[in-house]
Amino acid sequence: MNARRLAEPRRFLSAAATMMLLFTQPRHVAARDLGNILLEKGAEKLSIAAAADLKFAMDQIVTSFKDANPGAEVDVIYGSSGNFNAQIQEGAPYDLFFSADIAFPRELAKNGFASTEVRPYALGRIVLWSAIADATRMTLASLTDPKITHIAIANPKHAPYGKRAEEALRASGLWEKVESKLVYGENIAQTAQLVQTGNAQVGIIALALALNPELAGKGGYWLIPDNLHEPLEQGYIITKRATDNALAKRFAEHMSGKSARTVMTKYGFVLPSESADKQGDSD
Amino acid sequence: MPLSSGDLQAIWLTVRLASVVTIILLLIGTPIAWWLARTRTWWKGPVAAVVGLPLVLPPSVLGFYLLLAMGPNGPVGHLTQLLGIASLPFTFWGLVVASVFYSLPFMVQPLQTAFEAVGDRPLEVAAALRASPLDAFFTVAVPLALPGFLAASTLTFAHTVGEFGVVLMIGGNLPGVTRVASVQIYDHVQALEYTQAHELAAVMLAFSFCVLLALYTWRSGPKKGA
Repeated sequence: MNARRLAEPRRFLSAAATMMLLFTQPRHVAARDLGNILLEKGAEKLSIAAAADLKFAMDQIVTSFKDANPGAEVDVIYGSSGNFNAQIQEGAPYDLFFSADIAFPRELAKNGFASTEVRPYALGRIVLWSAIADATRMTLASLTDPKITHIAIANPKHAPYGKRAEEALRASGLWEKVESKLVYGENIAQTAQLVQTGNAQVGIIALALALNPELAGKGGYWLIPDNLHEPLEQGYIITKRATDNALAKRFAEHMSGKSARTVMTKYGFVLPSESADKQGDSD
Repeated sequence: MPLSSGDLQAIWLTVRLASVVTIILLLIGTPIAWWLARTRTWWKGPVAAVVGLPLVLPPSVLGFYLLLAMGPNGPVGHLTQLLGIASLPFTFWGLVVASVFYSLPFMVQPLQTAFEAVGDRPLEVAAALRASPLDAFFTVAVPLALPGFLAASTLTFAHTVGEFGVVLMIGGNLPGVTRVASVQIYDHVQALEYTQAHELAAVMLAFSFCVLLALYTWRSGPKKGA
């Protein structure tokens, strides 16, 4: 009986260890593998890494691009710009990279990961937004209200919108007063989600997200003056691996075309001056 | 290479979280495992399936539900407001609650196996000697199932240390409160601080290996003495 007693838990342990391996390993390699599978040669395919603030605008732009290019397969992966920057340096299979901070594509271009020069495509804005209170009546000073216990911002360590949020709070002299209330989202979309679920009463998020229909119905937003922070200059590149990808070039043209610009404006992005990309209007 | 104070803080937080979760799960998991090992009712199957869910569910599913449940409009959020305790998201105790769900099968399943291996006979003998069921449990079943307790506690502790997705979704990444070692590594990688990421990752790797090595060595060790 003793021997059996000892054997049973051991069998469980090795089974558990195997399960743990099975469940933990694929998470880390999945993104790259998936990319490789999606990008097997054949039909015209495009894989786009886009900053999370572009979520709703880019969805519409891709739809109109697909309408203009029937048969093209376009996948958009949304996430944190810092993460994409790291992934592309490690060979991630993205053809275009739309960053919320132009510094990331600049760094990639400098290190030879880009096939084009870095092109600015928009200026982002940050807003105070709440799902449970009327944020249109707020200013940054409202954040010191003791009733507000949690303020969500994106992680300033690596998320561009988080950096600008921190700058705005510091410029208003509020950083020290509200720092203990801050909670950090992994990217700007997760930050919005922390506010949307009411777990944080208010957050500093991208105007583009506050304007999307899912969030626009609630609470409202207050535009944070852009003299309180460095500009959220956003830029993109076509990556090195897409040098010969004609579809990537067409998407870049589409991005500066009229329909894409209309969508971007609708989501609150300030666009680079007309003269800078006149050639794109042919789309 | 010395770890930064932020890294040390993250490690200490992780150790505290895993310890608290292990203790709580010993208290909650033991009766569940005992019941599962002894019962013959038809709903043993459904209960065992619920307990085992975190083995299969993606952490994002748990994180999503917890985010909604703990929010001010969720059932757990309502309850905490009613009881006048602070809300759970973005707190250490929020992570404890999440981890208790997340690590439940790692406590219950080895314990259940150990209790089943004890069998009916020793307890029948104890009952014949007029030991009360509670007495028999503590003086007969628990000592006999001790290897199971050790395995279950070790696995629970190690699994909680390895938690990432749920913490990222409900933690809010607060230094010293919810920024555990796995999240700290993620932040280092995102900020391209590969040197710091390497240092902390190496600590985690060494720790995990040592825990499993100790467990497996011990499992195959004291057999002859038993």
